[in-house]
Formats: sequence, C-alpha cells, structure tokens
Amino acid sequence: MKKSYQILEVNLTNNMKQVIHRKLGSNILRIGLIFLLAFSTSLTAQDGDAAKGKSLFNANCASCHKLNKKMTGPALANVETRLSEAQGLDREWLYKWIKNSAGMIKSGDAYANKIYKEYNGTAMTAFPQLSNGDIDNILAYTAEVKVPPTGGDGGGGLVSQTPSAADNGSTNKLILGALALLFALLAAALVLVNKTLRRFAEEKGVAIAKEAGETGRKSLWQAFVQNQFLILVTAIFLLLASGYFVYGYFMQVGVNQGYEPVQPIHYSHRIHAGDNGIDCKYCHSSARVSKHSGIPSLNVCMNCHKSIYEVAESTATEEYSKEFYDGEIKKLYDAVGWDDANQKYTGVTKPVKWVRIHNLPDFAYFNHSQHVSVAGIECQTCHGPVEEMEIMYQHAPLTMGWCINCHRETNVKVKDNAYYTKIHEQLSKKYGVDQLTAAQMGGLECGKCHY
Amino acid sequence: MSSNKKYWKSVEELKENSSIVETLKQNEFVNEIPTDEFLANKATLESSSTTRRDFLKYVGFSTAAASLAACEGPVVKSIPYVVQPDRIIPGVANYYATTIADGFDFASVLVKTREGRPIKIENNTLAKTLGTANARVNASVLGLYDSKRVKGPKKAGAPISWSQFDAEVSKKLSNIASSGKTIVLFTQTYASPSTTKLIADFKSKYGNVHHIQYDAVSQSAALDAYQAMYGERAMANYDLSKASTIVSIGADFLGDWQGGGFDAGYAKGRVPHHGKMSRHIQFESNLSLAGANADKRVPLTPSQQKIALAKLYSYIVGGSVSGDLPKPIAEVVRKTASELKRAGSKGVVLTGIQDVNAQTVVLKINEALSSKAFDKATPILTRQGNDKAVSRLVSEMKSGRIGGVIMSGVNPAYTLPNASEFTEALKKIDLSVCFSMKADETALASEYLGAAPHALESWGDVELTKDHFGLIQPTIRPLFDTRQFQEALLKWSGNPASINDYIKAVWNENILNGSSFNKALHDGVFVRKAILDEENKTVAAINEEEDIQGLTNASGNAARALASSGANAKGMELTLYTKIGMGDGQQANNPWLQEFPDPITRTSWDNYLLVSKADAERLKLINENEATGALNGSYAKITANGKTLKVPVIIQPGQAKGTVALALGYGRKAGVKDELKTGVNAYTLYHNFNTVQSVSIAKDAGMHEFACVQLQNTLMGRGDILKETTLEVFNTKDKEHWNAVPKVSLNHQETPVTSPDVDLWDEFDRSIGHHFNLSIDLNACTGCGACVIACHAENNVPVVGKEEIRRSRDMHWLRIDRYYSSEDTFEQDDAKKDGFSGLSGDNGSLGGFGELEDPAHNPQVAFQPVMCQHCNHAPCETVCPVAATAHGRQGQNHMAYNRCVGTRYCANNCPYKVRRFNWFLYNGNDEFDYHMNDDLGRMVINPDVTVRSRGVMEKCSMCIQKTQKTILDAKRDGRVIKDGEFQTACSSACGNGAMAFGDVNDKHSKVAKLLKEDRMYHLLESVGTKPNVQYHVKVRNTKA
Repeated sequence: MKKSYQILEVNLTNNMKQVIHRKLGSNILRIGLIFLLAFSTSLTAQDGDAAKGKSLFNANCASCHKLNKKMTGPALANVETRLSEAQGLDREWLYKWIKNSAGMIKSGDAYANKIYKEYNGTAMTAFPQLSNGDIDNILAYTAEVKVPPTGGDGGGGLVSQTPSAADNGSTNKLILGALALLFALLAAALVLVNKTLRRFAEEKGVAIAKEAGETGRKSLWQAFVQNQFLILVTAIFLLLASGYFVYGYFMQVGVNQGYEPVQPIHYSHRIHAGDNGIDCKYCHSSARVSKHSGIPSLNVCMNCHKSIYEVAESTATEEYSKEFYDGEIKKLYDAVGWDDANQKYTGVTKPVKWVRIHNLPDFAYFNHSQHVSVAGIECQTCHGPVEEMEIMYQHAPLTMGWCINCHRETNVKVKDNAYYTKIHEQLSKKYGVDQLTAAQMGGLECGKCHY
Repeated sequence: MSSNKKYWKSVEELKENSSIVETLKQNEFVNEIPTDEFLANKATLESSSTTRRDFLKYVGFSTAAASLAACEGPVVKSIPYVVQPDRIIPGVANYYATTIADGFDFASVLVKTREGRPIKIENNTLAKTLGTANARVNASVLGLYDSKRVKGPKKAGAPISWSQFDAEVSKKLSNIASSGKTIVLFTQTYASPSTTKLIADFKSKYGNVHHIQYDAVSQSAALDAYQAMYGERAMANYDLSKASTIVSIGADFLGDWQGGGFDAGYAKGRVPHHGKMSRHIQFESNLSLAGANADKRVPLTPSQQKIALAKLYSYIVGGSVSGDLPKPIAEVVRKTASELKRAGSKGVVLTGIQDVNAQTVVLKINEALSSKAFDKATPILTRQGNDKAVSRLVSEMKSGRIGGVIMSGVNPAYTLPNASEFTEALKKIDLSVCFSMKADETALASEYLGAAPHALESWGDVELTKDHFGLIQPTIRPLFDTRQFQEALLKWSGNPASINDYIKAVWNENILNGSSFNKALHDGVFVRKAILDEENKTVAAINEEEDIQGLTNASGNAARALASSGANAKGMELTLYTKIGMGDGQQANNPWLQEFPDPITRTSWDNYLLVSKADAERLKLINENEATGALNGSYAKITANGKTLKVPVIIQPGQAKGTVALALGYGRKAGVKDELKTGVNAYTLYHNFNTVQSVSIAKDAGMHEFACVQLQNTLMGRGDILKETTLEVFNTKDKEHWNAVPKVSLNHQETPVTSPDVDLWDEFDRSIGHHFNLSIDLNACTGCGACVIACHAENNVPVVGKEEIRRSRDMHWLRIDRYYSSEDTFEQDDAKKDGFSGLSGDNGSLGGFGELEDPAHNPQVAFQPVMCQHCNHAPCETVCPVAATAHGRQGQNHMAYNRCVGTRYCANNCPYKVRRFNWFLYNGNDEFDYHMNDDLGRMVINPDVTVRSRGVMEKCSMCIQKTQKTILDAKRDGRVIKDGEFQTACSSACGNGAMAFGDVNDKHSKVAKLLKEDRMYHLLESVGTKPNVQYHVKVRNTKA
C-alpha cells in the first residue's frame, strides 16, 4: 500500500506541475498526495486532463488493463464512447463501477454482471480513492489514444546484423595483417639489399667466397644434420612439444567451456537478470533447496509474461530487433498454450526442449543448495557474468581440478550456523587457523562427490 | 631325428590301391570350393567400381570418423514442466504414506518418490501394527515398472476401450442377473471397509451376487478355529515382546505365518536386558526362519507335531490324549510344558498346523495360560479366505449355476491344485472378467482382462487388525490405461463417484468418528478408539466364563482328535511352505526377489525339495559342487494324489527325517519373462489346501544346477567370526570369558590387537566431526532379508541372473551369511577344533576339518549380515594402484567408480569378501533381461547413486548419499544433528532393531553407547582392520 502511494505521489506531483502552468498556478498544491486527493475535485474540469490521466492510468489500471488489448480486464481505449454507444451507459455508471464494482454486481446491474461473467468472475478492484475528477482524467486519456496499427506478428527473427559485434575481432585482424605486411616488406627489402650488394661486388670484381663447394665449409643445414647432439636436442624438443599439444588436446576432450548451443527459445539472461535485475533464484528457485538449480517451468515465465506480451523499444539491440524478441515471447505462449488474444490457456502445451549446457558426468555429485544456501556463493562465481549473456554459455570448465581449486581456496561460511559450531572449533584448533577452507572441512574427500 | 612312424588317417588306407586315398592326397578340400559362385560373374565384377583398396580406404575412413565423432559430447535435452506441481522440487524426495495390501503381504509403508517416481519403500514408523516392510514389500516397488504389465483392457487377448469394456460387461451382468444365475466375485482378501461396502452396493444392484475371498496360501483352519471360539472371522494376534517363553509348533512366525509381522516384537524380547531374554522352543519339520532362531529346535514330522501339541495341551490344560512319540521327544514335550507352566501368563504357544483342532487347542492353551502375548483385542483381519467356498466354486461353475465370475487379486489358474479343472470351467462361463496387472494364467483363461493398476497407483483402505486401519493412496499417476477393481464395481453399480471420494465417504461415516481424513491420509494409518471398550471387555469376560466349561470339553475332544489324526500318517510327509523371498508367487516377475538368496538355503532363482540327510542317503539323492564351486543337485520325482512333479533336491540340515518340503510360488508360466520362469509349481500338490501331504519320492535322472551364494555352510570351529554364548555364561561370567579381545604376542607379551603398539598403521584422529558406525545385534537379527532388498533398491545394485550367480558373481552389497554347526552346537565345534592334535590320526586336523565341513543333522543356526566393514585401517585401500578407494574422515571407505581401473586387488585383499566386481555392463544390456534394460524398469533407479559400468569395483558405501543428505539438511537449517537422523537403507529397513546407525562422536547417540557394550565385537578383530561395523555377541537362552 505504501509503495503504491509513493508512486501515486510521484505521478501526481508531475501532474501538479502541469496543473500549475495551465490552470491555477497555486502553491497550495505542492503539499502532496493526501491533500491533493482531498481537494482534487475542485481542480479538474469535466473534460479531464489526458496527461494526468495517463499517469493515473499507469499507476492504477495498467496492471489489468491495456488500452488496445484485452488482458485481465477489457481493453479501455475509447471506453466511454464504446459504452455510451453500445450500452447506453453514461459516465455516472463508470464512476460507480470504478469506485465499487462489487457493489454494482451485487445490485444486479445488467451490464456489470455481464462483464463480470465475461471475465470468468474476476472482480475488479474497487478504487474509492479515485475522485470523479481523476476518473475524468483517465477517461480523457483513454479517449485520446489512437487505434493502433495492426501489429506485426513479430515472428521476424534477425532483422539487422551489424558488424559492430565483430569490431574487436576485426581490429585484431587488422593489426595482424599490418604486421604481416611489414614482415613481407622487410623480407623483400633484405632480398633486394642482398641482390644489390652482390651486384656491387660483381661489378667491383670482389670474389664472393663460394660457401660450401670450394672452401669446404658446410652449409648451416648440413652442419645441423651432421651434428648428432643438435639432432638429439631437437628431437627431444619436438617430442616434448608434440607431447604437450597431444596432452592438451586430450585434456580438453569432454571439457565444454564456452559451450553456447542454440536454444529453442532465444531466452536472454541479459534482459532478465541484467536489465530487469530479476534475482536468479526467482526462476531457479530449487537451487536453494535441491541439488538441481532447475530449469524454470513455463508457469514461472507466465507470472510476468501474462502481462508482458512485448518488449519495450529500448530493449531491442542492433543485433536483435523488437520484433525478434516479441516473436520469442510468442514462442513461449505457444509452448505454454496461452491464447494471448482471449487471455486464456488453451490447454494445448508443447514442453520446451532446452539444450542442456552444464553437463556434469553421472559419477559426480553436485548439490546447488550446498553452495547457494549453505555457502552463500554467488551464482556468478561458477556461471560467469550471466546478467550480461545474451545467449547462455558455459563459463567454467567444470573439471575436477577447477572444483578442487575452489575448495582449496574458499573459506567455509560457518557464521551463524549451529551445525558448524563444534566442528569449526575443533578443526580450527587442529589446523591452527581462524578460517577453515572447504578442503580442511573434508571437501576434497573422494566420497563427498563420487558415490 | 626322423621318425619312421606312420600315422593312419583313416581305415581306408589299409586297403591297397584305394582310389579314395589317392584322391584325397591330391585334394586338400574334399568338396570343391564354390569360387565360381562369386567370381564367375565377370560382368558384375567389372562393373563394380569398388576395388579392394577402395574397400580398405572406406573401412579406414569410417573407423577414423567414428572415433573422431566419439570425441564430440552428445547434446543433452532438458525438458522442464510446463506447469510444475507445487510439491515437486526436482532433486528433492517426497514421501507418501500408503499401505501395501496384495492379499498376501499387508504393511503400512512410506513411499519415497523422486520427481514423481516412486523409487523406494520404507517403514512407516507411525504405524502401530504391520509397520515394517518385509523383503517382498520392499521389492514391490519394482513391480510398478514391470515391462510385462498389461497396458490396457483386453477382450479375448485383443485390446478394447474401457467404455466398450464397461458396456459389454454391464450388459452381460444385467443378462445374468435377469436369468437368475449367480455372479461370483472371486477376490483376494481385501480386508477393506470400503470394498466391503462396494460389494454390498454391487449386490443390491445385481441381486444374486456371491463374494468368495480366496487366499492362495490358506489360513482357513486358523480362521475357523478363531471364529468358533470368539465369533469373529480373524486370526489370533500375538505380541511376542510380552512373552518370556515362546513355544511354536510348526509355525514359522518369523516368516509368513498368519501374514507375518511378529518379528519386531519377538526381536525385542530376544535382546538380553537386565540378564533376561525370552526363550524360544520350536517343533517343526523343515528348517524355517523361526526354527533357525530358536534356542531349542526339535525336528518333528507334521504328524508328530500334532501329537506333541495334543500332549502339550494335556499337560497344561488337563485331560489325557493317546498317541506315541519317541521317548526323547516325549521328554522334551513334557519339559516344554513345565517351562510354559512356570512362565504362566508370560508363556505363549503358536502353531502353523493347518487343522482346526490344532488351532483350537492352541487358542485354549493360551487361554489357560492367560497369556499376555495373546492379543484378543486386535485380531488379524488380513486373511479371510474360506477353503470350502473355494472348493465349491469349481463344482458350481461346472454345474452351470454360475453366470459370471469377476476376479481380482487372485490367480486361481495358477494357485489352485485343480487349476486345469478351474480353467476349463471358466471358459464355459458366460462372463469371465479378470482384473490383473499381468496377462497371467487366469487372465489368459478369462474372456475380459481388466488392466489393473499397481498398488502404488491405486486408492484403497484396509483394516489390518481390528480397529487398526491403513489407507492406500496413489503415489504416481497410473502409468498405463488401467482401472482398479473397486472403480469398476463403482461404475457397474451405477455410482458416478470417484473411488477416492467413495473411500472418504465411507471413512467419514464409519471409521473416523470425527477425526480428519487428511490427517489419516498423511499418516497412512488410523486407530479407531472403541468407545465402549471397557464395557465390551466385561461382557466378553462373562461370556467366556460361561463357555469355558463347554469349551474345555470341546477342545479336549479337539486334542484327542488331533492326536489321533497325527497317529495315522504314513509315507513321506511333504510340507508346502512359502519362502520369504517369493511368498505366494504373485511377484514371480520381480528380478530382485528371484535373485534374493533364501535365508536358509542361500539359494536363489529356484525352489527345490528339501530332504533330510538320512533320507537323501537312503534315496541316493546327492548335492555336489562343480569345479567352479557351483552347487548341483539330483532330481527327485514326488508323487501325491496321482500327480507327479520332478524337482531338484537340496539336502537340508535340520530337516526332520521322513519329511520333505517344497516352496510354493514358483513355476509361473504366464506374464513372466523367460529368464524368470524358475522352479516348479508346488500348488499342484496343494490338495485340499492342506500344507501337509503324504508323498512318495524316488530319484530321477539328471542333475539340476542351483544358484547358491554360500558354499561354505559351517564355521569350522571359528567361533571368533560369529561369537556366541549362552545366557547363563553371559550373566555369570565377565566379558573376558565370552567376548575376549584377541591378543597377539609383542616381545613375548600378550598384547590386545586393539593396542596401537601392534598396529601396522598410524592412527588417524577421528574425534572431530562425524564418525559413523553401524551396529548389528546378532540377537535381534532374524535373517529376514528386508535389508538386502532395501539395499538393492537404494543403491541401484544390478541383478546378474542365475548363470552369473553360479559363477559367484552376485552383486549384493549386503549379504546375510547363514552358518550351521557341525556338532550339535557351535560351542562343540570350537572345542573340537581346539582339540585337534597333529595332522592325521583320530584327532588329526586333516580328517577333523573335513568332518567340520559337514553340518549336523539338527544344527544350531546363526545369521550374520555382512557388508563392507568400513575398516579404519582398510586393507583394500593400501593395495589400490590408482587410489580409487580411500578413507573419509567420517569413517566411510569411499569408492570412486570413475577412478577404478578394475585390477580387483582390493577384492583380493579384503578379509570380509564384500567387494563386488562389475563383470558386465548390466545397465541397458539385453543379455541381462531383468529390469535395467528397458526405460520402464530403469525408472526405479535412485538418481542419487551412480549406476556402475563394466569393469569397476563396487561395494557398500554405508549409504553415503543418505548421510550426506542428512548433513546438508542440517547445514541448511543451521542446526545440530539429532541422534537417529542418520540412517542407512539397511538400518532403516530393519524393523527388528537389529541394525542401528549413527555417529559415535556424538556421545549420547545409540551407537556410541552400543560401542561400549560388553557384547560388542568386531568381525575378524585379530586382523587389526578396526572396522566401523560393530557386531553384538549372540546370546542363546539354552538350558540343559
């Protein structure tokens, strides 16, 4: 309640400025919400102020109504005209309905009951705090809105792909190219210099000592071949080098760091966790109590996406357009069986087959709740800057060495946990330290993760 | 050196100038090789562009490509719920209380489900009666994922829809009702208040309906006797914890006698407490679990048992009975009677003789003793079958008076002795409907097969004992298009209600008496408080007094009748019994149970004729071991009532001379995978529902191959492995005498092996954190094997099959060793071994050990569960070349499967032989067609435990997944762990309290106290391995 008041206050203060300019110019209106509410009737004209109406609408109505789209409640664009033309209801009816819809339904008003039934018995919240003037403002706003252009279906996919994302890479290539050119020039220069020098020598009659043939000096290459020690050293070097690379190759088999598969729905963690700052554990709730972090079920998506059916213009990037994102939301609706036009679930669902990114082998046991709830580790520690990831990828190598390193370095969070009290006291005395690492607590034992 | 020898290649060479010899000399191959077939066609050869080189290139390329492709990780798909149910959190188990009531086993249990899949059955600790699951109940969860289940309703073998099924059956039912013929509901014992009411509803709709309940293994005599005496069709209930002297005559009350469930109370009284424990005397023919646990066991033929019981009656209640017993046995009976009299109200007599007179006599003896263990307030209701009604059914079916038979929970085409007669009659009946989970013998003979859900998919209720109720709730949505019998009855009676609403209504009306249904559903059990408890009791007491005179006469007659029926037995007597692993045979397609070794014979995958050693010698029946050690046995032909069976023979120590025994429940033919069609059907000999039959036996040709997991049957005088003593010694002498710590010589000083001075290893400080110990009380362990199956389910232990078991490749992480004494007692074995002097001669060890390998005719028996001992100084750890097995600070011996390279050094160095090697990939391998090779069967796998692959060692992990979970839960809640929270699968499955698990660093824990007890010892302590499994010396209450 308090929060909504604050919002109201902000909105109304905004309004007030306009009011001051346009109408009264009185300072008395600067004292805030309650005052304003009490006196607002005197402030408004019958026709209402669309600008004020917009902020009132956004504060009070927008969670259930859109102007041009049926949501929890009916679309409100030109509602007054629509009602008076189709039902013959006047503004007085609307005042009553908005202030106490339940009372109207009870009183047996025909249209009130019709609407009530049409929206599956969802009663509209009563707004006794809105004055007639406020309602006038809102109605003015709803009357002002133009009929929208018939929206694109948004299935459009990638619209523009600018090279900007590849900027970094191309500069590197440029530098490399320049370097290569430089080396080529240098080499050419060397050859030229050599040639010129020879010509000079020839012209001046200086005999150039023939390298191998005459003086018995061997060429560098032949000398190398005949020197067994050098060959041995080179062979050892080559063997070691190839061993290193073969080892390196084999060690990365099965390590999928950077794995970034294409998902059936382009879900952007950047938008959700980054721009909108949604807590990871809102969707991945089982990470708190279970070994699995859990891929959120689609009903969790619908908690928000029931009303968020499109992204804001500002969400679109150069790479991904608004239409693209809106199309992805449509995919969600399709999967969960949500009929957005009629605001109803159809019951036909198509479960989403996500491509699993983090795959631990079957023989390794990992428990999210141990790390998330008990140790209080940030998700980003292992999963990387998820809030910046447009497409989710595997940040960590997820190898045993990586796990072990962390266990060696990380201190166990023992504070305020009665479970650890005794063992911490005993172990810290044994090891002579204040803070115990996970390894000292026994986190390196085979059986803790392999059973 | 050249040789002049001539090697003859054939007789033909003897003939001179034989053309054949000449021809053969020239030709290497007798027949021309038909090269023309593939080389003659020049055109094809030339048109083919693939040369040999190309072919090799392709092979090389595809091999390289395949190996390169193998480096690529597979793409794994994850599919979340569309709408996630509130209660399900992936990775967190949910538990539901329900009841297993399959007509043979009744138990209140908790079902552990993961992501909606039931994966394990656990004991319901809230249940006051039948709250412990036996081996079969533990295994029943696998039945849910049986690939042989029927997936939808069928008519004459072809699938039809339920609506059509309903339409056709109800039409036929109405026709039958109007034609005046009888409709028979032929069911298992449901003991269900709601089903009883449903059947009444059904009767009122169709009129001439007859409900016949049928128990495959009949308890009719016990029911009849109880009914005659107390007016209620029930079985007497006993709380054996209240008895100090237990006398059983042919009752395997630790097995399936009267539905089982007596072992918890029994075990309670068997643990010496303040120097006292109960005394148990058993008279029986074949060695049963109860007999194996008895302080004194007397092998008697079934007819002798009758006389003994009659004599016991005459000694205690009075009157005289005729009948002769061999003198020593008569003496034992007399002494038993006097012991019982001395115990007075703390004595109790039980009998398993299926004879109304015997049952009456026992009830009277317990009345006369006014036995406290005899619980008259809560008689057992889980058997209701009536032999006479069942026998009448077949003849009535033949006569044409019956228009329709609707069966549920029964398989008479398999369990009836006259099964073929029944099947023939069934085929002629207008309407035959069978509700069954499988296309079993009866379902195949019926016209309609109603696909029934598993117990874990059904609703129901059951009155286990009087006023003690259990609720059955589904723990998973039905996997197939199934419908339970009760639902069908509802539908056909025209009731639109759902079965759970119906049950709820019945409960609210008749049972709950205002209590909450949801609470009852949550608990799974409900105890009805009888309001007029006190009044009822006094009325009953008065009635009893009036009756007592009459009954004494009547039961005196019963005793005399009993004695005389015992006197006129002739020939070999066959006892039909049920094995704790297989029961009545309805779970024959359960590979866990097939592989479960019988606690007594330690043989799996079979039933067999148990023969005494004396009879075996007389009939020339033998048991022998192959070169691999595997057990083989002769076949015998048993003939009774004109029927003959060919069965393999196991020579059973303790089997009474002149008797043989054969287990029911085997020899299933329909609805069972080929690999699991084991044994012979003993029901064909179950004439007149009498478990005792007089038979003739002869040796038959051939040898049978058994899958026996224990080939060494005796302890060879090594009393330090399974320590035991007598109550007298235990009470009077100090620990040093009966449970001494072994000593070794250090600088000519006797030093206990527990001393660090004689230890090869340095001691690790284990006082910090948790230190787990598992305690096993050999006095409370009855050998029932529930822990074996619980371990199987918890740890994804594979089933390997009969052939592999014969190669000693069984995978059970937990085994229950069973030992026989070679002399009359284990003590005498020890004395005999200690008395050996020299190698040969009369007292020589060569011959002596040979003798010690032979079990006695009536041996003492002892059980010892053995799993990984989690040695603090583990021999396996030091020999592993790759450090795949290592010790944890919490006392567990860890096994990292992914690190193991399969050298098997650890198994060779383990003194307890508890390590198991995966010789094959058992998961997803069609060579092992049990349950891990199909997606349905794999649903039972515990996701917290790795499924092991080929070539790695495995062993008991002390359920580290469970201890780790307990620790994590506590960490998350930020609290200290209470004693009792730590459990292993085996310790939580043990209803007898024989196994206790916990943290010994918690000084107040139960295991910490048990560790300090005088009875505590470690297995093979002299080896110095310092195990974390404790054993507690077995104390026998023997008397001279």
